[in-house]
Amino acid sequence: MSGVAARWMLLGEWRAHPGRLIIAALSIAVGVALGFAVHLINASALSEFARAVKTVNGDADLQVHAAGPEGFDEGLYAKLARIEGVEDASPVVEIEASAENGEALTLLGLDVLRAGRVTPSLVGQRIQADEKPVSDASPTAASSAGDPFDANALFLSAHALETTGKKIGEEIELAAAGKLARFSIAGVLPGVAEGQALGVVDIAAAQWRFDMLGRLERIDFKLEGGADENGVREKIAAVLPENAELVSAESEARRTDSLSRAYRVNLDMLALMALLTGGFLVFSAQSLSVTRRYAQFALLRVLGVKRRALTIQVLIEGMIVGAAGSAAGLGLGLVLADASLKFLGGDLGGGYFLGEHPALIFAPYSAFGFFVLGMAAAIAGSLLPARDVARAQPAIALKNIGDSIDPRSTPSARMPAVLVLAGTAAAFAPALGGLPILGYVSIALLLAGGVAAMPLLARLLLAPLQKADLRAVPANLALKRMWGAPSQAAIALCGIVASTSLMIAMAVMVLSFRQSVDEWLLRILPADLYIRVEGEEVGGFDRSLQRDLAATPGVAAMRFRKLTAIRLSPDLPPVTLIAEHIDANNPAASLPLIDASKPVPAGTTAVWVSEPAAGLYGYRAGERIRLPLPSHGDDKATSADKTGASYFVAGIWRDYGRQQGSIAIDDGDYVRLTGDTARNDAWVDLAPGSDAATVVAALRARLPSRLAGRLTIAEAKEIRFRSLEIFDRSFAVTYLLEAIAVLVGLAGVGATFSAQTLAREKEFGMLRHIGVSRRQIIGMLLAEGASLGTVGVVVGIGLGIAISQVLIHVVNPQSFHWTMETRLPFVLFATVTAALIAASAATALLAGRRALAGSAVRAVQEDW
Amino acid sequence: MRPRPSGAQPLLSLQSLEKRVPGGRVLFEGLDLTLQSGEFVAIKGESGAGKSTLLNLIAGLDVADSGRIALNGTPFESLDEDARTILRRDKIGFVFQAFHVLPHLNLIQNVALPLVLQHVAAAEAERRAEDMLASVGLKGRGRDYPRQLSGGELQRVAIARALVHRPKLILADEPTGNLDPETAMRILELFSTEVRHSGAATLLVTHSDVAAKVADRTLILTRAGLVERRAD
Repeated sequence: MSGVAARWMLLGEWRAHPGRLIIAALSIAVGVALGFAVHLINASALSEFARAVKTVNGDADLQVHAAGPEGFDEGLYAKLARIEGVEDASPVVEIEASAENGEALTLLGLDVLRAGRVTPSLVGQRIQADEKPVSDASPTAASSAGDPFDANALFLSAHALETTGKKIGEEIELAAAGKLARFSIAGVLPGVAEGQALGVVDIAAAQWRFDMLGRLERIDFKLEGGADENGVREKIAAVLPENAELVSAESEARRTDSLSRAYRVNLDMLALMALLTGGFLVFSAQSLSVTRRYAQFALLRVLGVKRRALTIQVLIEGMIVGAAGSAAGLGLGLVLADASLKFLGGDLGGGYFLGEHPALIFAPYSAFGFFVLGMAAAIAGSLLPARDVARAQPAIALKNIGDSIDPRSTPSARMPAVLVLAGTAAAFAPALGGLPILGYVSIALLLAGGVAAMPLLARLLLAPLQKADLRAVPANLALKRMWGAPSQAAIALCGIVASTSLMIAMAVMVLSFRQSVDEWLLRILPADLYIRVEGEEVGGFDRSLQRDLAATPGVAAMRFRKLTAIRLSPDLPPVTLIAEHIDANNPAASLPLIDASKPVPAGTTAVWVSEPAAGLYGYRAGERIRLPLPSHGDDKATSADKTGASYFVAGIWRDYGRQQGSIAIDDGDYVRLTGDTARNDAWVDLAPGSDAATVVAALRARLPSRLAGRLTIAEAKEIRFRSLEIFDRSFAVTYLLEAIAVLVGLAGVGATFSAQTLAREKEFGMLRHIGVSRRQIIGMLLAEGASLGTVGVVVGIGLGIAISQVLIHVVNPQSFHWTMETRLPFVLFATVTAALIAASAATALLAGRRALAGSAVRAVQEDW
Repeated sequence: MRPRPSGAQPLLSLQSLEKRVPGGRVLFEGLDLTLQSGEFVAIKGESGAGKSTLLNLIAGLDVADSGRIALNGTPFESLDEDARTILRRDKIGFVFQAFHVLPHLNLIQNVALPLVLQHVAAAEAERRAEDMLASVGLKGRGRDYPRQLSGGELQRVAIARALVHRPKLILADEPTGNLDPETAMRILELFSTEVRHSGAATLLVTHSDVAAKVADRTLILTRAGLVERRAD
């Protein structure tokens, strides 16, 4: 077709029916906007988070990190600094500290001369109280301004100065590792980015004042120019003990990324489901538009336009809808992301990036990607209508004016069966790169299969009524039409079936998850009160304090636990090691085990790993694993314990509280291996008749001052309430995304049903001529709307339950390594059923009144 | 313009054409027809005799079960679908009973459509469409839309569209079937005048004796082919 003819046809169609174009483009815009906004918010938050990590790590080429909180022996530094290819190495003590006003900061102990060469951005600039900091001060300038080894000198970042409320020259008391130490604020850290709370002191002062003599948390390396980095890595790795690991900027980036990756990808995917709904609505709009224009396309064929040209025209229409929708969606997405970051922060309810309001970053490649996705959804929605146009016989289409309804034909089951089978197969595929990509492919295929099966399902569902031959004329006519044209039902309902089934699937998954979490909370919170010491820096409860607390009046019993972060992989965030009393003969009494615990072989130490830890590190019950536990306990620790090689995974347990994984070990084994008797977590059983508030007050009265401000004491019901509140908040965004998808779907039903009804004006005119009353026609349309709504509800809920099983058994385990039992939200089913049937009937009624208001002769040019 | 002498190469040649409908019923068989340039032939026949099907075969929109069709010396069996489409675009003009004027294009655009499909520049196509509209009595109405027109006026637009690209052959399928007798007569006269003026050959399928009278000769379509109608 010539360009001029194509332009005339496109512009003419859109001038005649702008509403349909706008709805189709809007449906794409909403999907693109949601996807792009979620992506930008996540990218901005992640960038902020990565910046924070980079600030603390300085500019080192390579780093060795301690795997656990105990650090590693500083003797390692001398070994590593001599390795060929290493130009210089800087030893680091890294501690989480809190100021007098409770504000937290990361305290680094550095050898300023070494750090000046390896991580110059971490070196402080000493200034007088009335001086202004010089932003590009060199390390030499910094160190020359005073004694670089001054044990009292503390350099604070601008943000730390602000949050602690201190000024240069003032003194500050810091709590860290269970100790208190006073420092004089000697200057600032000009190389540290804004928003980062960081403090730097001399390394010897840090080790001495916080009782960490001989221990390091980190060694930063600067490599020689032209050094073989991989070779240096191998040499370092060869001499590293179990409790230290080699990390690089890349592995740190991967670790940062992995912290929230699954959550971000799942949010992106959910947003893209709105785009999928948009694609179905484009299909609806294009199918209707094509059906209405069969005669026009036939005429063009007669006038000499090739089949291919018509196919291309319909695809170009889809492309233009996609381009307009995508462009609008990108703009809307930017606005949404900016507003969300300003008002809600970068966390989106997930709890990964709390406390900051990151600046919006624009991601041009992602913008292009989402633009292409929007276009692809619109083009995919146009493919089947374009194929229908190409297949239509012009001679027949000219006669039939596009009405190709044949009640004798049976809708094909082949395509839906292929799609559903492919979707089912994809659900059984493993995760790709740790993400449930094929799980989402499965959902998309099941959705497409469900929508493709709509004509067949409409026939099946209406079969009993069709045979009944109803006496009421409107209902009978409605049924005859639905029976005769089931594909029309598919076109009208595909958008709402897609969005409803996704909403139902999400609702089933969230309810199942929530109830499983609630049951888990009840299981793991058997005591009356729970005490948690916040932050490693305050040390926790030592043995005598434990005894003292347990003797508090009103306390029947107390059990203490130690929660410690240990790093098992440089690419992943630390897992939580939980040392608590576990009865080897009945571990299920202490832990919510998935399966029965396995007998522990002699000479090994039993550990029980959580589902996320098993998923992330590939642990299986019954296998031996290595753990980097510090081994400076008594002599009973076996040599195997000391190399970390003899831990036996006795079982897998359910832990919804720690997505990065947790490993439980019996308290006795922990003390035997580590010698660590301090605890930072406790359960309290109250004596019968004692008052919780009184006991809490008595417990607090027995605490030393270093712990007073860092203690959380909560009742079980309060923890349960707060946990479920956090759960609901983290799913709030998903509810919002699904609600938007449903609204888009409902708009699609309205647009499609209106268009279908108005296109039947001639039919209504004929019915009026043969004696059917206006009221009967309205009744017929109401019956049709209600029948369509019913079919949509049945298919939507059925498909939603099927998709929920993919979410529960594939997406969740592959993303977060959590399993759960299915629960069905029957109240929601009833609400959706009523709302959808009412909405369909009301839309049909409104469209019918409009169609009957005008002349039946001039039907074809009506817009809805 | 009168038809060329019978010795010249015919514009349209149908030989031993046979067409069956789905189910196997024979519509016609052994159908022969020769049409010279400028000739105006009416084809009559009972409902269901296959008159429209015959036009579809000649237009290359349908395929015969056997027999040969050649337009301007080009046999259809040597052409694929795309080539038949191009032949139809360049050499044939259509007039339908139901007008088939595109409602979302104005009259100039409707009439100019065959020209722009031949890649004639838009300005030139619109100028020729306006001239053509003037010649069918719709001067100054080019910016109107089809919904503003009566049935007779719509058929004038369809005739203008059929002739604007100066086709060799006009195929008209009951062009007055949707019009009242008075309007039908006026449209027939206009149609006859314009097609003869253009020099194109015309095949007019009709039930109407009145319509058939504007033709040079009338053929009756039967199962055995086309039969010359005796002069009354």
